[in-house]
Amino acid sequence: MSGLGVALFHTTSAALRAEKTLLKHAVPTKLVPTPREFSSDCGMALRFEWGRAEQVRTLLAEARVEIAGLHPL
Amino acid sequence: MIYLDNAATSWPKPPEVLRAVAEFLEHAGGNPGRSGHRLSIAAGRTVYDAREAVAELFHSPDPLRVIFTQNATHAINLVLQGLLHPGDHVVTTGMEHNAVMRPLRALEKAGVRLSVAACSSDGALVPAAMRQALSSGARLAVVNHASNVTGTLSPLTEIAEIARRQGTLLLVDAAQTAGVIPIDMSALGIDFLAFTGHKGLLGPPGTGGLVLGDRVDAALLHPIMRGGTGSRSESEEQPEDLPDKFECGTPNGAGIAGLGAGIRWVRSRGVEAIRAHEVALTRQLVEGLLAIPDVTIYGPADATQRTAVVSFTIRNRRVSEIGLRLDEEYGILTRVGLHCAPAAHRTLGTFPEGTVRLAPGALTSREDMDATLCAIERLVKG
Repeated sequence: MSGLGVALFHTTSAALRAEKTLLKHAVPTKLVPTPREFSSDCGMALRFEWGRAEQVRTLLAEARVEIAGLHPL
Repeated sequence: MIYLDNAATSWPKPPEVLRAVAEFLEHAGGNPGRSGHRLSIAAGRTVYDAREAVAELFHSPDPLRVIFTQNATHAINLVLQGLLHPGDHVVTTGMEHNAVMRPLRALEKAGVRLSVAACSSDGALVPAAMRQALSSGARLAVVNHASNVTGTLSPLTEIAEIARRQGTLLLVDAAQTAGVIPIDMSALGIDFLAFTGHKGLLGPPGTGGLVLGDRVDAALLHPIMRGGTGSRSESEEQPEDLPDKFECGTPNGAGIAGLGAGIRWVRSRGVEAIRAHEVALTRQLVEGLLAIPDVTIYGPADATQRTAVVSFTIRNRRVSEIGLRLDEEYGILTRVGLHCAPAAHRTLGTFPEGTVRLAPGALTSREDMDATLCAIERLVKG
């Protein structure tokens, strides 16, 4: 376990909206190529500290961004 | 040179727009949303930022419901061809552009029922005619926010209210108003807003979009094009996710970068301030033209009831001759003829000859209007 996790999205627009939302709420995050073991949905995923998974889920739900999956790395 | 063809395409563009296009090609040249590398991400961010700018400009709460298209025509076709089926009833007005009329006439041949609500001879939509046309129940109403021939503004609040009461969806063609008249989609209750990027938003040609209102179920709309989106690549079916459902193939990233910069320029100047400037120019033109003998102008006399579009004719003169002489002798660039809107010219009584159209913009000055009036006065005299 790396202590990191990724959020997956169905579209690039959703990934970019999610990135902006998290950064606005001071949640450190980085856009990375989607790890192939999870999904081929969208080229980009957001990596973040897995300890913040619940916060990420809540913030993105409030911003109406649909998450395709949250996974620890 | 005095450029008075902003209703067709705005010119000049702010330097920020040119820089944004060059910047995109130089520094963000990846394919947005197709890869996870830095140039693809940079391109994706630029496109997303423009999406957000569009949503904020039109008071739409969700940037993912902004669909980028080639222009307003493309956006209008997404709705008309994606929503209407044989047997459906659609209502439009007597002042529409061919961007609306041609797809509607084709759909009519395919079995869609089409009603055209009459407008008065100054181009104003008569709300009672709209109410009457919608009374038998229609799936969709299509109206321009302002006419591209006379600049006449539609009573959108009233139309939206009538449509909502009838359970009819509303498509607004904002080609002439985006960036020059404030538009609040949420407050007005607009279901589909079609806009173009290269007029009042001061972006490059080849940009525009469709904004889906909050109440519209996107599942009602079938995509008219299908293809690669960079998302759900394992599937050979078009995804339902917005905006990808309606955006396939590589987008016009450089153009969208310029559009984003144009919208930022418009917002920093303020849509209300641009509107006030254009109302002043329009008033100057209308009052000046009314004082010249043998000149007839079309559309409402009150400059606050129209955009900065003034159509006129001169008695016993061909419009083509007026346009040519204004260009060659005075360096004034106008557009003459039917302006792709034969239906509107029939309503005004100017079909098939058409009119000369003067369309100043955000960057036109009062001195430009003085010089234009002077030139027209001299033309009338000889």
